[in-house]
Amino acid sequence: MVAGIAPNGAEASADAPPKVVVQNLTIRYGSHVALHGLDLSVRRNEILGIIGPAGSGKTSFLRALNRMDEFIPEMEVEGRITFDGRDIRRVRNVYALRSRIGVVFPLPVGLPLTVYENVALAPRLRGVRKGSELDEIVERCLRRAALWEEVKDRLDSLGSLLSGGQQQRLTIARALSQEPDLLLLDEFSIAVDPVTTMRIEDVLKELKHEMSIVLVTNLVQQARRLADRTAFFLTGEHVETSDTARIFSGIVKDPRTHDYIEGRFG
Amino acid sequence: MTRDALARSRDFDRRGAAWYMDRAVTLFVFVGGISAILFIVGIFAFIAREGFGFVFTEFDAGEFFGSIAWRPTSMIERTYGALALIVGTASITGLAMVVSIPFSLAAAVFIGEFARGRTRETLKVLVELLAAIPSVVWGFIGLSIMNPLIIDTFGVPIGLNVLNAGVILGLMAAPIMTTIAEDALKAVPDGYREAAEALGATRWQVIRKVVIPAARNGLVAAVLLGVGRGFGETMVVLMASGHAINLPDSVFDSVRALTATIAAELGETAVGSEHYQALFTLGILLFAVTFAINLTADVIVRGIRRKGR
Repeated sequence: MVAGIAPNGAEASADAPPKVVVQNLTIRYGSHVALHGLDLSVRRNEILGIIGPAGSGKTSFLRALNRMDEFIPEMEVEGRITFDGRDIRRVRNVYALRSRIGVVFPLPVGLPLTVYENVALAPRLRGVRKGSELDEIVERCLRRAALWEEVKDRLDSLGSLLSGGQQQRLTIARALSQEPDLLLLDEFSIAVDPVTTMRIEDVLKELKHEMSIVLVTNLVQQARRLADRTAFFLTGEHVETSDTARIFSGIVKDPRTHDYIEGRFG
Repeated sequence: MTRDALARSRDFDRRGAAWYMDRAVTLFVFVGGISAILFIVGIFAFIAREGFGFVFTEFDAGEFFGSIAWRPTSMIERTYGALALIVGTASITGLAMVVSIPFSLAAAVFIGEFARGRTRETLKVLVELLAAIPSVVWGFIGLSIMNPLIIDTFGVPIGLNVLNAGVILGLMAAPIMTTIAEDALKAVPDGYREAAEALGATRWQVIRKVVIPAARNGLVAAVLLGVGRGFGETMVVLMASGHAINLPDSVFDSVRALTATIAAELGETAVGSEHYQALFTLGILLFAVTFAINLTADVIVRGIRRKGR
């Protein structure tokens, strides 16, 4: 293995080389600039919160991280993103890269498959064939997503028949089934009730011992509860990134950050 | 205030133009919807009336389904064996499906999943244009291009045969199947594709594991519509099949189809005659088979739905 990978259970550390390094990232849709000159890194075993109003380039940033921009013809990405030191533009198998990055979308996308198959899909894609092994992976991922108890008796029913909160936890279980090193969450709680949101947040706090997490959120308080560091984006500009504790105790480099977290924003 | 409310509540009984318009449109769409049932019942009643005279008198199921002797105008002994016609239709349709199903599904996947921007739009327009070519033109291609081509390529004496009619019919059915199959693929939400690609699935894995299963109902409908189209097609099979009563041993034998027989002979018969009624019996058979295909399609699609639950 590559040197410098943090052992499981390690806390976020500034010493180890970062998981992801973003340099001078600019994202355009035609003539519209969605994100301008972003420099940012994601450390190992941290939750990086990204806050900012709608249209600030948060989702575009996530898309660029696993080269999901390739589905959007007009989306152009400039700059350099490295993942474990590798330039993601230059990897020869983008599918292998994506399989190490889990994504949770704002609205749960339950694939038109059973609960079981939703979680078993990624293992199957990477070649796991044995039924017992799949069973074990499915159960483990559903347990870690705090969903197992609720669905263990209906693994064979369609994932889309679950409630909204259950579906979102199913997509988290699905992302975990990839055994990702990096988990991207895009406003995951938008269609989830507060109780379920809290349960998922607890899950994320556990997960960060094993992976890096980027949490894009509209809820400033969610970033405060979960994130080790918080980045503030505003209309395509990366205003600042700092330790969450510092930002929320009012120690900011830019007054706009303070205004935003205080809810004093236009 | 009270007076105003009183005046306004009187409006509750006043039926304005919008109310009558609503009623009129409701009635209109009801008639439109119900007319489908009226037409299907009417058509069945018509062919049944014309054909049942034969079915209940001369009809001999053993001969009709078991004999290839279709001699409706014989002076000595008229026989009505439709076996060769049934086999003719089945063999041409079968070959047509072998040609068109892989072709059209591949085309639909390419247009729906791989082609982008202008390529995609151009292809869609061209495929739809292809679907609009009249069947007599296809028949003409069968006669004047496929016929010599088959004779030269395979060294057979005649090029009007199962191969010719099947290939032409397949090419003709493919654009329609492609269009419907592509619609079915397009109806699969993009979110599914993104979610699957985010898992690290390749494009082919996404299509095979997610898109095709999600579009299965529409794809089954596309294929069965193609089958129905091939089964009922008349002009191509009349022009390209050789129109000879024959049980084919190979694709190079000429055959005759049910539809072509009706088209070629109906004009020559006296209305109400035995021959005329026998042709309508062929019509009843065609109707029954088409009905069965559609019913099967329905059952399959519903079955898939129920299984998914």
